[in-house]
Amino acid sequence: MGMTIAEKILAAHAGKARVVPGELITAKVDLVLGNDITAPVAIKEFERLGVETVFDRDRIALVPDHFVPNKDIKAAEQARLMREFARKHQITHYFEVGQMGIEHCLLPEQGLVAPGELIIGADSHTCTYGALGAFATGVGSTDMAAAMATGELWFKVPASMKFIFHGEPKPWVGGKDLILHIIGDIGVDGATYMAMEFAGEGIAALSMDGRFTMCNMAIEAGGKAGIIAPDAKTIAYVKERVDREYEIYESDKDAAYALVKEYDLATIEPLVAFPHKPENTRPISQVGHVPIDQAVIGSCTNGRMEDLRIAAKILEGRKVDPRVRLIVIPGTQAIYLEAMEEGLIKTFIEAGGVVSTPTCGPCLGGYMGILAAGERCVSTTNRNFVGRMGHPQSEVYLANPAVAAASAIAGRLASPEEILG
Amino acid sequence: MRGKAWKFRDDVNTDEIIPARYLNTSDPKELARHCMEDIDPQFMEKMSPGDIIVAGKNFGCGSSREHAPVAIKAAGVSCVIAESFARIFYRNAVNIGLPIMEAKEGASKIREGDIIRVEPEEGKIINETTGEEYQVAPFPPFMQAIIAQGGLINYVRARVGESR
Repeated sequence: MGMTIAEKILAAHAGKARVVPGELITAKVDLVLGNDITAPVAIKEFERLGVETVFDRDRIALVPDHFVPNKDIKAAEQARLMREFARKHQITHYFEVGQMGIEHCLLPEQGLVAPGELIIGADSHTCTYGALGAFATGVGSTDMAAAMATGELWFKVPASMKFIFHGEPKPWVGGKDLILHIIGDIGVDGATYMAMEFAGEGIAALSMDGRFTMCNMAIEAGGKAGIIAPDAKTIAYVKERVDREYEIYESDKDAAYALVKEYDLATIEPLVAFPHKPENTRPISQVGHVPIDQAVIGSCTNGRMEDLRIAAKILEGRKVDPRVRLIVIPGTQAIYLEAMEEGLIKTFIEAGGVVSTPTCGPCLGGYMGILAAGERCVSTTNRNFVGRMGHPQSEVYLANPAVAAASAIAGRLASPEEILG
Repeated sequence: MRGKAWKFRDDVNTDEIIPARYLNTSDPKELARHCMEDIDPQFMEKMSPGDIIVAGKNFGCGSSREHAPVAIKAAGVSCVIAESFARIFYRNAVNIGLPIMEAKEGASKIREGDIIRVEPEEGKIINETTGEEYQVAPFPPFMQAIIAQGGLINYVRARVGESR
């Protein structure tokens, strides 16, 4: 019996020839990530361990991005705790305001993730890096502390599920719609404990940005990882950013899967996930009349160049409905700069939107776009849970950047075609 | 462990257990004050220390925030029983020493207000109100070792000590 890409990566990091689903292993990790919410807890636990140093100062990434630039005094204290730890242990990959970006946009861009690597992050969207053919999974702060001390962690080898997309995507359909389609199909616990492998010509046709979006939301189906075998696009992306050796793995033809699902892209249109679960998906043609108060374009899910270009294409020369607040958040400083050079920032501002420094802010109801009771937001983020963006009686509708931009102009949920005519 | 059961639905996420607006601190006492606030604003007024949360499928889904099991533990909840748990929450609960039990039958049959006794070593959940008893699978040995050491930090401490 062959192995899946996920099993191969885990076996290699556990020093074993093969592993099987359900097996408990101890594996060496290539990178340990934490942010300004999770790292402070991890740092306190790390200090309880009584070890003097971290396992490798080059293999820890600390990114203040959730409540930074500091939103209040308590957030400032947490950010300081992380900054002081980074200085004390001379952490190479600490990103201060000015360098920082949203962690899951930033790390691939900085070349900190390569194919075949094993990455853990104290953030559930760490699964984003599977787009590069790495095994990346979210953990809690205590796991992060243990890994910072030892460079290893225990894992239960997950069974794998395979999702194959056939055909060509329809206009305005992107990675966001493909992953929402899966979540709508299998539910928010449909892939619990599983590795979700995405394959087929529909995935091959996606840009790297679209693939990051897909793998990012694997956790929204309960997945332990989302993963896409590297191809020429992956290698071209990595070549510009990574100068260390890495391994390319792919699944064997006779690898075992707990489930294989095949989808025809000809049947998938842009989707909107209605409150309060990402599985509540509806095609944009069937959303009905849903007025909105706010539109957010950004986040670790959809804050990359391709996302901003798509939004700008729709907003160019048009105006946001006066009742709607449009908030655009480029994922990193480099993305911000590139968007500025391409004239996208000008487009957003002229359309009546605001453009923020990189931050997770509104996605988790932190700051920079909190909702009042009864307000509705269309958002390119990843969760529409009760109270996720503010008041427990507010509502979040998840969509791709094209739908979010079109909705901002229409003042209600709308398809790009309605706006472009 | 013995206490009154408080029932929750399927897919309780960590934003509902502890909303992100309170994550500018990691102080367990402060987190506990807002435990379950966005799913049941009165929870902390109603519950007594030792009480037990009983939930449906996929408890603790969403964000990886360890603040969620920390808030539940600091609130005085003695055990969480659910039909199933989300992966990261499960791991975090083990790591910080919050007792959790996956009990498909028990979680669906227990009603709010029932008095529940849990005997973790024997993998037994007893509903004192109805007299029903549910058997659950004990933790795998690997996790038992972590729990026996009082959580992952002590476990790693012991291992780091051995290798020096």
